Amino acid sequence: MNAPTASPVPPPVVEIHDLTVAYRRKPVLWGVDLTIGPGKLVGIIGPNGAGKSTLIKACMGLVPTQGGWVRFWGRPFGEVGSRVGYVPQRETVDWDFPVSVMDVVLMGRYGRIGLFRRPSRADREAARACLEQVELLPYADRQISNLSGGQQQRVFLARALAQEAEVYFMDEPFAGVDAATEASIVSVLRTLRDRGCTLFVVHHDLPTARQYFDHLLLLNLNVVAFGPTAEVFTAELLQRTYGGRLTLLSEVAQALGAQGGPR
Amino acid sequence: MSGQWMLPAFDLHALLVAPWTEQRETFGWVGVMGFCVAASCGLLGNYLLLRRMALMGDAVSHSVLPGLVIAFLVSGGRDTGAMFLGALASGLGATLIIDFLQARTPLKQDAAIGIVFSALFAIGVLLTVVFAGQIDLDPDCVLNGELLFVALEPPVHWGAWTLAPPAVLRMAGVLALVVGVIAIGYRILLVSSFDPGIARAAGVRVGTVRLGLMLLLSLVVVSAFEAVGAVLVVAMLILPGATATLLTDRLPRLHLLAVLHAALSVWWGVGLAVWLDCSLAPAIVVMGAVLFALAWLFAPRGGLIAQGLRRARVLS
Ligand SMILES: Nc1ncnc2c1ncn2[C@@H]1O[C@H](COP(=O)(O)OP(=O)(O)OP(=O)(O)O)[C@@H](O)[C@H]1O
Ligand SMILES: [Mg+2]
Repeated sequence: MNAPTASPVPPPVVEIHDLTVAYRRKPVLWGVDLTIGPGKLVGIIGPNGAGKSTLIKACMGLVPTQGGWVRFWGRPFGEVGSRVGYVPQRETVDWDFPVSVMDVVLMGRYGRIGLFRRPSRADREAARACLEQVELLPYADRQISNLSGGQQQRVFLARALAQEAEVYFMDEPFAGVDAATEASIVSVLRTLRDRGCTLFVVHHDLPTARQYFDHLLLLNLNVVAFGPTAEVFTAELLQRTYGGRLTLLSEVAQALGAQGGPR
Repeated sequence: MSGQWMLPAFDLHALLVAPWTEQRETFGWVGVMGFCVAASCGLLGNYLLLRRMALMGDAVSHSVLPGLVIAFLVSGGRDTGAMFLGALASGLGATLIIDFLQARTPLKQDAAIGIVFSALFAIGVLLTVVFAGQIDLDPDCVLNGELLFVALEPPVHWGAWTLAPPAVLRMAGVLALVVGVIAIGYRILLVSSFDPGIARAAGVRVGTVRLGLMLLLSLVVVSAFEAVGAVLVVAMLILPGATATLLTDRLPRLHLLAVLHAALSVWWGVGLAVWLDCSLAPAIVVMGAVLFALAWLFAPRGGLIAQGLRRARVLS
């Protein structure tokens, strides 16, 4: 008799199965399937409106899904607590929000210390170390609107680091940062990967995507391709990702219409 | 010559001190009540402002009328508990309908609010007309409220102790609840107002927090509106936070300043009401707006005067 718990194969770190998301009948993601293990740095590539942010939000349980599921270590998001980290697209938050850089980084510790407890001295130390890592320590006490775009992006990165999660979803962490900052962010991402974290990073620049990531997810409404960068980064697949958007959309819209469509 | 348009004599002692000393009988509990209303509204309002849903308070306060009428009909009289529950239910219901419209239709929040509260208020008015024989509820009363009634209520006794009038006790309880929720749930409210994704990553149930906030808002508004009315409660929700925003960019100080704004506007507002012999709630709101204007002028960093000085310095 072989009990399922004795199985030597641990569940994958992230498993997405047949995930479908629609905003008011308009499909945005369609039948996304994906499985990945620990210690991978995955680039999510696709044109504007491809559903990259939507995929991340669906994984975080932030948008309702019309079908399919996402599991982390075989469990739904609600059960894995702060083991999954998130870096939103910079434009989505209100930078006039009355908090300091330190306050935002400490938010990364909330899941760890419990939501009702005050961050301890050790938490503050950890937050300072994360700020140091992204070279923002001198700005710790500033209100967050008094920062440049690239600095704001790094505040988010420091918050994610402070969370000490095992899976990260990052929505365009390189948007609006200079070359030096981009290099330092990449090295932070690589350090995390080497520690065994799996990171999904939305990225818009194709040449650097090839250097930065060991896996690529080519996304445009559905998964065009997913695999090691060397196999997936081909002219043909990229052409399909960026070129065929209109036909793909109408095909799916037809399919949805035929079966009554998601609500 | 004492023309009709002459303002009454202006005597600082009579306006700012006497109400709290010689006339304490009349204004003591009124002041406490006003402060409890303004402070609970102000504290909660900070979160509404941060979440860009300041007008939710408007929606709740105008939506209570049908709930009041139905509670009146069901309980067969002005039973305070039933009225309170009815108002609470329709206030909360309004927020849920607004959220639903926002999520399931192309409408934005402002339009959804506009539809829901005006429709519910209209339903309330219709109900009062249809059942005019059975109830004596005046929609005007719902809109305007009267703070001075508090002083006419006999205080509650507890053993040998004489406590406050019941409305004041209720409102103080609501304020204590608001302060308690903010103190205990500070980080939850902070992170879920900042970014829902980051909140989810911290293990916060964003939807539950929002629902809890709407419940608290309904509770505050419903408790407050018998004193200040549905229209002015909105001002009380927005003015303290708006004033504080001009003066600081840290949340804890925002809360402190909102409470200070509440205290000052009640103090000066009572003075204004005594001076002009007018009703209290509007006077308090006018003074709240005056405080906002003062902050706008004199704020050390973003104020008009500070800006002017800086520009002059740059030009010279
Ligand atoms: N809240 C929303 N309501 C309705 N439609 C939405 C909403 N959010 C996104 N969409 C639509 O879903 C599609 C995918 O959006 P998404 O933000 O996921 O794209 P993206 O790949 O992140 O694009 P970008 O590169 O511009 O960030 C777009 O067509 C967009 O118009
Ligand atoms: Mg996006």
